[in-house]
Parts: sequence; structure tokens; C-alpha cells
Amino acid sequence: MTSRAATVRTRRSALSLLRWWAVAAAPLVFLGLFFLFPVGSVLARGLLEDADAGAALAVLAEPRTRSAIATTLGLALAGTLGSLALGLPAAWALGRFAWRGRALMRAALTTPFVLPTIVVAAAFSALFSRSGVLGSWGLDQTPAAIVLALVFFNVSVVVRIVGGAWESLPPGRALAARTLGASRARAFAEVTLPSLAPALASAAAVVFLFCTTSFALVLILGGSRVNTIETEIYIQVNQFLDLRAASVLALVQVVIVAAALAISARAGRARGLTSSVGRLRAPRPLERWGVAGALLPAVLLLLAPLTALVERSLRVSGGHGFAHYAALFTTPERGVLPVAVWQAAVNSLVTAAVAMLIAGVVALFVMSLIARRSRRGALLEAIAMLPLGVSAVVVGLGLLLTLNRSVLGIDLRASWWLVPIAQAIVALPLMLRMLVPAARAIEPRLRDAAATLGAPPWRVALHVDAALLRPTAAASLAFAFAIALGEFGATAFVARPDRPTLTTAIARLLSRPGPENVGLAFAASVMLALIVASVMLISERWRRFEGSGL
Amino acid sequence: MSPTAAQHSDGLTVADLVVTYPGRPPVEAVRGVSLTIAPGETVALLGPSGCGKSSLLGAVVGTIAPAAGNITWGDEELTRTPVHRRGFGMVFQDGQLFPHMDVARNIAFGLRMAGVDRDERDRHVKELLALVGLEGLGARAVGELSGGQRQRVALARSLAPRPRLLALDEPLSSLDAELRRRLAVEVREILRAAGTTALLVTHDPAEAETMATRVRRMADGKLI
Repeated sequence: MTSRAATVRTRRSALSLLRWWAVAAAPLVFLGLFFLFPVGSVLARGLLEDADAGAALAVLAEPRTRSAIATTLGLALAGTLGSLALGLPAAWALGRFAWRGRALMRAALTTPFVLPTIVVAAAFSALFSRSGVLGSWGLDQTPAAIVLALVFFNVSVVVRIVGGAWESLPPGRALAARTLGASRARAFAEVTLPSLAPALASAAAVVFLFCTTSFALVLILGGSRVNTIETEIYIQVNQFLDLRAASVLALVQVVIVAAALAISARAGRARGLTSSVGRLRAPRPLERWGVAGALLPAVLLLLAPLTALVERSLRVSGGHGFAHYAALFTTPERGVLPVAVWQAAVNSLVTAAVAMLIAGVVALFVMSLIARRSRRGALLEAIAMLPLGVSAVVVGLGLLLTLNRSVLGIDLRASWWLVPIAQAIVALPLMLRMLVPAARAIEPRLRDAAATLGAPPWRVALHVDAALLRPTAAASLAFAFAIALGEFGATAFVARPDRPTLTTAIARLLSRPGPENVGLAFAASVMLALIVASVMLISERWRRFEGSGL
Repeated sequence: MSPTAAQHSDGLTVADLVVTYPGRPPVEAVRGVSLTIAPGETVALLGPSGCGKSSLLGAVVGTIAPAAGNITWGDEELTRTPVHRRGFGMVFQDGQLFPHMDVARNIAFGLRMAGVDRDERDRHVKELLALVGLEGLGARAVGELSGGQRQRVALARSLAPRPRLLALDEPLSSLDAELRRRLAVEVREILRAAGTTALLVTHDPAEAETMATRVRRMADGKLI
């Protein structure tokens, strides 16, 4: 009896295993062809070309390379510390108290996170370049300008992660310490801070990761003086045509990012915070000044570059006007761009829509396979999340170097398709980060409940899983669209010069001298920021799913 | 299956049921349990937590696959029948109401699965709301309900498709003592009125006494 039941079960599980791999084949083929193979062969080229590891070491020994590595790490460290310094007080003010305008302030402070890096680069360039609003500070093409831009970007990460954790701390916990005789400060040091430590570590690691992959910021703000590994890869490919050096640099970049990611994963795992039912209290009069003081630096850093960007986009010779915005609709002179900026914008929208569809299909496949934890699921998840551990620049480089010939009968040489594919690869892990926790948060007994009410498996999937996931899925699609719109690192390598996207058009305009070009770049940046911000707003609105607490 | 059980036209028969959970060593949660429930009867399984009573219930309903043994209803062999085709309902410990549906849609869910048309469904939902004392709350979001109201909705929802057996897994244990006493009596009356055959799992002797027509004790994976 027992053995018969066991045989039946073994056979059934063998069948379901087969079905699992059959479904997994689709995302695996996609990731294999457009991610693992290109990136793998770039790394292999860096290590093994001509079976000569000595040449790889020679690249590493060059002063250019060493300085790029040191700059990458130094900028990332400074950016992380700066983000924590500005972000923690803001997280306290937003996560600890309830006050009027709090939701708006939080939304404002988390905006930079969703802005495309190229827009942030343009905004800081508008602020610090020689003719910029704060041009007299002499920060043009200095590491300080880049660090400020990194902080601008990542304060929002700290506010999101730490502020969220702070908010979900049961207020009773610190109060319990107070009733046991702890002063306010000791209650903070011994109860609140340890409870926040995992979130803090996680935020720091994520910020460090983002800082090491901020290609556009360094490319635009560093000019020719500040180079990180990513910009060095770009220069090696585009100016020196030294693919060998680029591959070695890509390898170094992968190692650094993987280390940051491993730390962030470890820090994130410790985050087991219960969400509180208690309500936040209003700040007392004295605390109100504290809240204002805590938010002021972050708000100033938020407003200055954005104001400068808008001001510069309106600045025309002898005053202000909409001339640069009007110029969005004409093809720039002297062949700076082959098309008008509005055509680049249309190209961007179409590309991003295609990227969203590709990433969406792959993400749904992957999510359905890994929502229930298993060892093979963990493997698939690791592969699908891998693009996050490889900077977009490396993804773009890989696609550029490997798909320049026909692979498996598919010829994508210089094809327009490479752009949405690259963007989909970049967006996929971020989509999964939204989707998978939501799928896993579905109470499994809800499925049992539906089944006991007579729902066959497909109706359970439809009425429970799909119904509960719909808002998150819609939000993650919008998110992927926004990511693809603002993507620059990979796009810069694969976009064809005659069909620029909005991001590559902005980069090109910023790199050209002349107030006309720069003004046009700023106007294009404002346009891109508005498009991306509104898509993200829609995504956020959709994300709040109903009754998740039950 | 014993020949005496086969003579009954209806009723639940559990024979030599074993439930094991994988692990090293595997955990035997239910170790050879046999049990019959006659139509209209409410049997309570009473025992401390971890005695295997919820696993037994899960195997009967079909949410847990038994390692050995048989589950039959009358002459119908159900051991390998998937949950949704057994015609057994279940009230979960913490309700497990669908958070994305209002009260009426929760209650109507089983009727929808059974293909009952809309008018019939609406009429039936109204009756059930009255039965569990929640008239007029059909449009409420389930998040706005109190714990007691939630369990009433859960009961109405599981009764709606007229299951031939209703499994109740600690249905009142998340409620406070006073409410629990009152609801236990109510649930008994509702089950009697509907003529439902029921299998109740609880660790509260008073609750078992109040709700069940027969109480079986369980310890360490076996009936005693």
C-alpha cells in the first residue's frame, strides 16, 4: 500500500518536474542568448584571449586602469556615506512622525530614484558647469560634483528602505524599553537602532551598488578628467577600439558589483520586520524643528539641480524663453543629431514599450516558476537576477561584441531589436524584485480555501493568484517601461547612431559645445524627466494592492 | 475497506490513514487513524496542538496527500481525488477570506465555481447572510469586519455550495473567550439547521462538547 502510493507520487513529481523545465526553457533560452552568452564571452575574452592571462594582468597594471578602479571605489564610498548622512535624518523625520504634507514630502524625496541617470547628470551639469547656476563654485568635472549627484540619487534609496523599516517598527518596542527605565537615547541605541541595523546595512549595500553603476553621471559630469571603470570601458571601445582592455575592465566591474550585491543580499536576508498596526504620532513643538532641520539638506539637494535644469532649459540669449523647447521639433544643425529630438522621443517610447513586453513575458514565466521555493527555482531566480549583478554597461558591451555576427541563424547585427532586448535584460531583475515578493506573499491557504469551494487549479490561479497579483503586475510593467525609457548604460552601446533614443540624444547633445546644443539637451532632459516621472507615478498608484494584510 | 462501511449509503470513512512530512527523519503526523462519520453527525477531534488532528483534517479535505490509507464517502473512493472534486467544505482557523472580494463575493465564490447563475447566487447569498446573522453586510470589504464577523462569513462561504462534509479547523480559536462560547452554540445550530455532516478540530474541550454530537480524542497521531 505504502509503496504503491509512493510510486504514484514519484511518477507525479517526475511529470511535474518535466513540466517545470519545459516552461523554464523559454526564459532560459532568452537569458542564455541575450545575457549569459554575450556577457560570458566578454568575460572569457578578458581572461583567456590568446590563452594569455599575462596580457590581462598588463591591462590591470596600467595606470589608467588602476586609477579607474580607485576612482570607482572612492566615488562609491563617498556617495554611500553622503547618502546615509542626508538620508538617515530624512528617514527619521518621515518614518517616525505623522504630519501634514508627509506623504507629499516622501514622494518628493523618493522622486530622484526614478529619474533617469542621464537626467540627473544633465541637471548637475546645469548646476555646476562653467555657465551653470553655481558655476562659480568650480565643481565642473570634479569628483565632488559626481558625489553630490550620487547623493542626490541615493538619498531616496535610504529614505525608502530605512524610512520604511522605521515606520514598520512597532512603537511599543521602544516604549517597552522606556518603561523598563531606559532613557530616550538608550531606548534608541539599544532597541530602535539594532532593529534598524539590517535595513541600514541593506540600504548602504544597495546604495554602494548603485554608485558603482552610475555610468551616465560619471560620463557627463566627469568629462575627460574623472574616469570610472564603466566610462573607461566606454572610452576603450569607442576611442581606442581596444576590446581586450574593455573586456578585462568588464571583468573587474563584475567582481565589484557582485561583491556589493552579495553584501546587500546578506544584509537583506536579515530583514524580518513585522509591520506595525500602531499609528504614528504627530511631532511635538520642539520635534517639529528637528523634523524641518532633518529634511532641509535633502530638500536643498533635491531642488537645486532640478531648478537649475529647468532654468537652463529656458535660458536663451538675452533672457528666458521657450526657444529650446521649440527646437525639440527641428533637426539640430551641423549634424549633431540625425533626427529631431521629438523623433528620438518617439523612438524611445516605441523601444521602451517593446522592452516592457519582452521583460513582462519573461518575468511572468520566471515568477510563476519561482514563486514556490525550490532548489531549481533558486537557480532560475539567480540567473534571472544576474543582470543586476552585472552593470548595464557590461550587458551592452556583451551584446555589441557577440551579436555582431549571426547566432543560431538569427542575425541581429546592428539591429534595432538589440536596444529593447538590452533594456528588457536590465529591467527584468527589477520587475522580479517587485513581482516575486508579492507572489510569495499570497497566503497559500487562500488557494486551499478556493479549492475546497470547488475551484479547479486553473480557476485558483485565475481567481486567487492572478486577481491578487494584478495590481502589482500592472505596476511592475509600468516600472519596466520607465526603466527602459531612462536606460542609458546598455543603450549607449547598442543604439544605432541614426536612430538615437532620448537618452543617447541627450548624452550626444551634452557632449557638444555651444549653448544651443546644451540648452536643447536640458529641454530634452526636462521632457524625459516628465515622461518617466508620470509613468512612475502611475506605477506607484497601481502598486498599492488591496487588503494585502489579510 | 471494511464491508460494514460499504453497507452505509453515505458518510465518511477514513481507514488506516497515515500522514508523513518529509524531513530527516520523516515526521509521522498521523499514524494509522480509522474513523467513520455518519450523515448529519458532527464529530469533534479533540487534542493538544501537534497531535496530528489538523493533518488528519487536511488529508480528509484533500489539501494534504496521505502517505497511506483510504478516504471514502459512501462507496466513493476519494483518496486520490483532487480537493475541488471532493465536495467537502472547509472553515479555516483564520478565515482565509479572499481579501480582494467583498463579503457577498466571498460567499458566492463556491456557487460561481459550481456554475450557479447570478440571480440564484444573489438569492442564496442573502439567505446565508441571514443564516449567520450578517444581513445587509454583503457589500462590506472583508478588511472592515471584526474577527467574529469574519468567521461567520467564512462559515457562510463554506456552507454555500452545500458540501456533503464540512471540515472546521479550529474555527473559533482566534476569537476571545466570550465570543467563542456564543459562536460555538450558534455554529452548532447553523450546522443542525443545514443538516450538514461535520468534522471539527479543536483543542478546547468545552467547544468540542458544545458543537459536536460525538467527541474523539487524539494524541500523538492516533485516536484514543
